[in-house]
Amino acid sequence: MSAVVAEHDDHHDHHDHGPAKGLLRWIITTNHKDIGTLYLLFALAMFFVGGAMAMVIRAELFEPGMQFVNPQFFNSMTTMHALVMVFGAVMPAFVGLANWMIPMMIGAPDMALPRMNNMSFWLLVAGVLLLASTLFMEGGAPASGWTLYPPLVLQTGNALPFAIFSVHLLGISSIMGAINIVATIFNMRAPGMTLMKMPMFVWTWLITGFLLIAIMPVFAGAVTMLLTDKFFDTSFFDAAGGGDPVLYQHIFWFFGHPEVYVMILPTFGVASTIIPVFARKPLFGYSSMVYATASIAFLSFIVWAHHMFTVGMPIAGELYFMYATMLIAIPTGVKVFNWTATMWKGSMTFETPMLFSIAFVVLFTMGGFTGLMMSVAPVDFQYHDTYFIVAHFHYTLVPASVFILMAAGYFWLPKWTGHMYDERIGRLHFWLSVVSVNILFFPQHFLGLAGMPRRIPDYAVQFADWNMISSIGGFIFGASQLLFLYVVIKTINGGTGEKVTDEVWEDAAKHSLEWTLPSPPPYHSFTTPPTVIPTEHI
Amino acid sequence: MTESVERKNAKLIRILVFVVVGMFGFGYALVPIYDVLCEVTGLNGKVEASAVEDVGYDVDKNREVTVEFMTALNEATPMVFHSEMKKLKVHPGEYYTVNFYAENKTDKVMVARAIPSISPGAAAEFFKKTECFCFSEQTFQAQEGRTMPVRFVVNPDLPEKYKTITLAYTFFDITETSVKK
Amino acid sequence: MKKKKQLFAGLVLMALGLGTAQADYTLNLMKGVTKVSNDIYDLHMLILWICVFIGIGVFGTMFYSIYHHRKSKGHKAAQFHENTTVEIIWTIIPTLILIGMAIPATKAMIELDDVQESDMSIKVTGHQWKWEYEYLDNGIRFFSSLDEASNKARQMDSGIDPRSVPHYLLNVDKPLVIPTKKKIRFVFTSADVIHSWWVPDLGWKKDTNPGFINESWTSVDKPGTYRGQCTELCGKDHGFMPIVVIAMDEPDYNVWVEQQKAAALAEASSADKTWSTEELVAKGQSLYETNCASCHMADGAGLAGTFPAITKSPVVTGDINAQVNLMLNGKGMMPAFGKILSAVDFAAVVTYTRNGLGNSVGDSIQPSAIQALQSATPAADKNE
Repeated sequence: MSAVVAEHDDHHDHHDHGPAKGLLRWIITTNHKDIGTLYLLFALAMFFVGGAMAMVIRAELFEPGMQFVNPQFFNSMTTMHALVMVFGAVMPAFVGLANWMIPMMIGAPDMALPRMNNMSFWLLVAGVLLLASTLFMEGGAPASGWTLYPPLVLQTGNALPFAIFSVHLLGISSIMGAINIVATIFNMRAPGMTLMKMPMFVWTWLITGFLLIAIMPVFAGAVTMLLTDKFFDTSFFDAAGGGDPVLYQHIFWFFGHPEVYVMILPTFGVASTIIPVFARKPLFGYSSMVYATASIAFLSFIVWAHHMFTVGMPIAGELYFMYATMLIAIPTGVKVFNWTATMWKGSMTFETPMLFSIAFVVLFTMGGFTGLMMSVAPVDFQYHDTYFIVAHFHYTLVPASVFILMAAGYFWLPKWTGHMYDERIGRLHFWLSVVSVNILFFPQHFLGLAGMPRRIPDYAVQFADWNMISSIGGFIFGASQLLFLYVVIKTINGGTGEKVTDEVWEDAAKHSLEWTLPSPPPYHSFTTPPTVIPTEHI
Repeated sequence: MTESVERKNAKLIRILVFVVVGMFGFGYALVPIYDVLCEVTGLNGKVEASAVEDVGYDVDKNREVTVEFMTALNEATPMVFHSEMKKLKVHPGEYYTVNFYAENKTDKVMVARAIPSISPGAAAEFFKKTECFCFSEQTFQAQEGRTMPVRFVVNPDLPEKYKTITLAYTFFDITETSVKK
Repeated sequence: MKKKKQLFAGLVLMALGLGTAQADYTLNLMKGVTKVSNDIYDLHMLILWICVFIGIGVFGTMFYSIYHHRKSKGHKAAQFHENTTVEIIWTIIPTLILIGMAIPATKAMIELDDVQESDMSIKVTGHQWKWEYEYLDNGIRFFSSLDEASNKARQMDSGIDPRSVPHYLLNVDKPLVIPTKKKIRFVFTSADVIHSWWVPDLGWKKDTNPGFINESWTSVDKPGTYRGQCTELCGKDHGFMPIVVIAMDEPDYNVWVEQQKAAALAEASSADKTWSTEELVAKGQSLYETNCASCHMADGAGLAGTFPAITKSPVVTGDINAQVNLMLNGKGMMPAFGKILSAVDFAAVVTYTRNGLGNSVGDSIQPSAIQALQSATPAADKNE
């Protein structure tokens, strides 16, 4: 356990060129911190856009009967909410974190491929804008769910080719981002920063990078097949021409299952970074964490058809996918046990990042439990496509990925800005979020078990009470997030006025290299490699 | 040192771009892989789309399998379509011919294609057809109706547990795409 | 922390309450009325309890630690960071639990999969947005769509309180009727997009794929009415295509079958009589609402860009035979109603659209003329 903090004074006299001035700085920047900031702010904006769509959904579902939107638009909302949140908010937010943190964590001056970095951000913006523009097209935005199943998706109006092209852009952007991250991790590590000394966040992103490189092209292929089926008379998914609509589902979920892990693996990484700092203890079972992450990533490629248990597979297929899916519980369990053991006999304090991280461990585990329940194929015949699964994946995404993104925001904002955030508002934000997120999603378990299908704009009256409670939770949760926006803006503009130290958090520099740099860090971080590698996290 | 990092980056990018292109291709490769898997496992009751050779099987007179015939029309396929019988008890190994009747209800020439599907899927590989209107596109003149035979045999190797096999045909109007071609 | 603990305890208690709250419809999975659905329920409860116990263990440990091992209490951090024994134990125990779960799950799966040796078969076809049922053994065939009361109440700003509608959104115009204590095999397919047929009391759902067939089976012990819904997103009115299954003891079921056959005959003969325009318009209005209004809107205004208006439509106000042809055969997303509506109903809808919804062409078409066009009606020739 090295406690020696690298002397960083020698970086300051290095002659580094600062950022360009004005708006142009942000457009042409190739600096990892600038691009990370762009990604994070863009993701935050999209979080509110996607959130607004969720508010429309919950408002319509507040009471039985149709009150605000027509069913077609409702379907567009569920579809766009998912696409915006997945491709516009959660994924870019983690890419933003990777941009900011990975070079600083591995002692590199910048990302390996800075120009490509800039391009992948602007492609993301183009892709999301194109996607959003479909809302104003004749026939409306895609309304077939984010899974875009044919033949239904082929009934989309004018928006179809634009939506598909936007998926292409988002795919290219993610692939470029992933290549950049993998190249950075492989080739830019400071001397002495061996793979098994890397912070967990870096490890999880390395694995996520490989996942993205493997799956985004498959998704691009699948939507291209949709495009040619619609406009060029191919029949990949059209039974009339010898194709099969179920084939699309197989290809989609071959992408789709690893894709959901793209959103959760970096989450694991951040949690494994934050919890040890506030427990003042090394991460329990570092190497088993690495192996568990790799196993989860591997398993994600061979379990896809558990999303399609009711599609009519031969029994051998059903059983195989059931057994394979159950296996995921083992490495995931290891992770949860490791986090618990990290807290055990620690010396814990509960600043906002830690609060969000603890909530993550608890609530993600609950999402994991329902996941385990759904892995059992015969029981999934009941759960499938009901609100039970809506509750399941929202538990693994909102109080997991989104909470951890909040935690990461609070954890690193002082480092990024040099200012301390307002702890009081941070805690208020946490408590409002954690209570309302459960009011929002927990009743959805009951709704699903009682028989409410997902993606319906109106429901039978016996589902009314829980829907209303869920909507109330949704409105509180949505409104609470404005506090986060307020904290971020306030912190950027000087925060509490309290000057933060380089370490920010007690002994943080023992855990990871970014805390050895000044707060805020210089425009180019490690122009000379650090001499001492922190190992407290191992 | 910088130079070597750049070289390493270039090499890594080449490999990763190769993986990306490969995975894009893999997405497309899943199409034929899926077809093969379907034929092997009977997934989705997909069946071979061409005639099989007439093979002489040993007829198992002691065993009866019920074959059910189901007809369906896709939306906006203005036809009448039915089979001459709903079900037939067959002896494995023996050849049977069943007639299906289809009629174009429009005043225009129609090109239609019948898509077969067999359930249970695992029985599909034991159901052999030597003649079927589903092997090719069918062109119907305006208001034309005609009777079309299906000649089939159930392979005696069909596992004992299968007592009923359902053979379904769905007609799709493909006049538009067929004209384009 | 305390508040959070209480909240969490509350939620866990709610979850635990599931087991004891006898058949509480709004909280837990329903047991259903078949052996399969009961097996599935037992599996569900088994796994739920496993999760609850693991949850208590993990969260209990965590909250103990959060309470006791905090800096404000002066707890000094230990520095251990691995323990191979512990790590092996918490890998092996979950593996054993999973094996314990997999065994009953496999049994249930095999049972569910066995569709052989059924007593009767029903073909279920999904349509946007209604179900078609065909009894393969006796030729009964009909469509089943959302009942009129729900359909009226679910329109935007209908002014009708859904709570005043019995079985709001879970009622149909014509339910599926099955005999009890028989093994009934369902064969599923679709005429357009993918749907999924789910009645929770039967214990499963199955997708309907266009061009392909799927099978499943059920055997209901208790007579009763069981309700469900489409569960695969199938477009605009996905939420409005419920399923109602009525299970009857065999004598009652046989009576029902005879009634259906008699009704089909009566239907055929009513097509022969001459109908007045007023009679057809009157009959056509409610048919329009169930069959057409979801796309062309209740007032005939359509949906700009997707569904054309009926009011002042050149087709509806033009040549009547052209309109009949279009409706018979369908076009694009417009289904071929020649197969869906009886001759009488068809003529009624045509006449209504020409003389209602702001149109006043003044002409009508007789059911007998429609019948001639439909000629070999599917219902008749499927009786073999």
